[in-house]
Amino acid sequence: MNAVVDIETAVVLGGTSDIGLSTARRLVAAGARRVILAGRDPVTLERAAADLRTSGAAVEVVAFDAAATETHADFVDELFARDGDIDLVLLAFGILGDQQRAEEDAGAAIEVLRVNFEGAVSVGVPLMRRLRGQGHGHLVLLSSVAAERPRRGNFVYSASKAGVDSFFQGLADSAEGTGIHVMVVRPGRVRTKMTEGIPEVPFTTDPEIVARDIVAGLRRRAHTVWSPPVMRFVMFGMRHLPRRLFRKVGERG
Amino acid sequence: MTNAGQPLSGWGRTAPTISQVEQPATADDAEVAVRRAAARGIIARGLGRSYGDAAQNGGGAVARMTAIAAITDLDLVGGVVSAGGGASLDHLMRTLVPLGWFPPVSPGTRQVTLGGAVAADIHGKNHHRDGSFAQHVEAIGLHAPAGHRQATPTDDPEAFWATAGGMGLTGLISSVKLRLVPIETSRIRMDTDRAANLDDAMAMMEEGDGRYRYTVAWIDCLARGANIGRAVLTRGDHATLDEVPEPARRDPLRLRAGTLLKVPPFVPGGLVNPLTMAAFNEAWFRKAPKAERGRLTSIAAFFHPLDAVSNWNRIYGPAGFLQYQVVVPFGAEDTIRSLVAAFSSAGTPSFLAVLKRFGAASPGHLSFPIPGWTLALDMPARLPGLGPLLDRLDEQVAAVGGRVYLAKDSRMRPGMLAAMYPRLDEWRAVQARLDPRGVMQSDLSRRLQLTGR
Repeated sequence: MNAVVDIETAVVLGGTSDIGLSTARRLVAAGARRVILAGRDPVTLERAAADLRTSGAAVEVVAFDAAATETHADFVDELFARDGDIDLVLLAFGILGDQQRAEEDAGAAIEVLRVNFEGAVSVGVPLMRRLRGQGHGHLVLLSSVAAERPRRGNFVYSASKAGVDSFFQGLADSAEGTGIHVMVVRPGRVRTKMTEGIPEVPFTTDPEIVARDIVAGLRRRAHTVWSPPVMRFVMFGMRHLPRRLFRKVGERG
Repeated sequence: MTNAGQPLSGWGRTAPTISQVEQPATADDAEVAVRRAAARGIIARGLGRSYGDAAQNGGGAVARMTAIAAITDLDLVGGVVSAGGGASLDHLMRTLVPLGWFPPVSPGTRQVTLGGAVAADIHGKNHHRDGSFAQHVEAIGLHAPAGHRQATPTDDPEAFWATAGGMGLTGLISSVKLRLVPIETSRIRMDTDRAANLDDAMAMMEEGDGRYRYTVAWIDCLARGANIGRAVLTRGDHATLDEVPEPARRDPLRLRAGTLLKVPPFVPGGLVNPLTMAAFNEAWFRKAPKAERGRLTSIAAFFHPLDAVSNWNRIYGPAGFLQYQVVVPFGAEDTIRSLVAAFSSAGTPSFLAVLKRFGAASPGHLSFPIPGWTLALDMPARLPGLGPLLDRLDEQVAAVGGRVYLAKDSRMRPGMLAAMYPRLDEWRAVQARLDPRGVMQSDLSRRLQLTGR
């Protein structure tokens, strides 16, 4: 962190995520000098790193498995044992899961919760502690508008996002006065690898737009960022729709 | 001692972090604070006039030194004062000027502590003939992690000169013994000259600086074309008794230095923009006399015009500002021209830039002044394109053997440090001896990897 560039070193957990990478690219354009990409698959991670290096940043790659919660404490210790402070950690990992299977097989439902909810909580707590220890930094969770109201077609995913969204909202309140900025990002439907092949809904957006909104939110130290911003009002409406009507609307997405 | 997490930033109000602030009341407290320092370390803070992150320590401890401020010894015959490291130059001047003594170096504000003055090895308008602050210091009480010592330039030159300009990273400074300058009056006899452009200003300074104790030029960085770098030179000396008129002779050492104004607590961003600044600079240039000799002015008006507005740093709004101050050696005048041209063509909305000739360097390993030209100017931190512009200027400055002033810096890249400060490794070796565990830390030291650990 310096007077001109707020974020010099950024860490992306889920380092191959389209939104994570778009955000990293934007931060580098704004002056970030160092990016650490953390994820499961070393091959795709290295490919993403190579792409990011062309923008002039120093990019490092580290192994991270969101589902392996028992490894998270050590992972965070090692992350902060590296040279220099960390100005931003973005939690961009997540899985959509197979809704139909999850309705038959509790194990499949729990698998989604394990990554999206438990994984984020289990890495978020030590991250928060470490950031507090350096007296500054941003912790950003990629949530979803699905956290606001579950739909018939993806309620397992919704439940996981509702849980983690709620946890990080509380974390943001706990961060008051610590110098740490915790921000929850709720994108609408985004055209990414995760949603490939799913029919589009109104207000579907692109990773670049979400990245733009994230960087704008960081600048004003927002608590919650909706992307595109109109989703705040769309979801406000959705939340107050009568249940029967909502089910009809929900079926379309 | 109090202990609470507090957001701290420098005078530029950028990049705040949370530190545990303690306020040692005695030298013993300072010693305890250093010994107790944990992994995230400790740094001293005085009156917070460093522009950047030199006196903050995110996640670690900050020792606010301003309670260790008593004048402990005063030799009115030889002109030597001893005072706490947290004593301000303001306090010193209010006490000493009526007694006929003046600090050997006076920066642009009286609101700096003696410890801070040593740690940044500050300079004033008399650097061309009197050198920097630490060159007038006879001893410091230094609480280094390796132990407490009275460091003098003769007994312990390594510790002393690593501390002078060492940005607080050798330990806490609880006392300073300082040689003073005798004065007959509290007035400055000032000459003012206008220069039509930068080249004229530099030529006039080269030719005339030797005749004055104090000299400085204020440059208009927003002027363009043939007016580029137009300047007002103000140069002066302490007035002698027979130079002040009869009424003032009855109380020749009276010091008038009050705070006249206060900026309101909230100022919207964007007040400082190219239009307002160009208008301000134009008015300021026209107001200055073309050539005036022997005007009598007060110490406060001559040295510290901005101290009259107590919190003027707020006029830049919530996003804050930074000051870019560099020095380049004599012979590299082209670099100064190129810097002024770069700021002029970027339309950097800046109050006046300050141009000054430095004399011989002090033996401080990281002391900023070297013989040459120094240029300093303020600018809003959120100016589009500012980062890359200053990075580029850093390269130009380093390429000719110049450097950025660490007490002003808030944004430089760590890679520039070794080129700008060629004695860095030597300093690091002394610093490591004084602080084997590496507990002296600040946001500045981490950002620039100053201690190399």
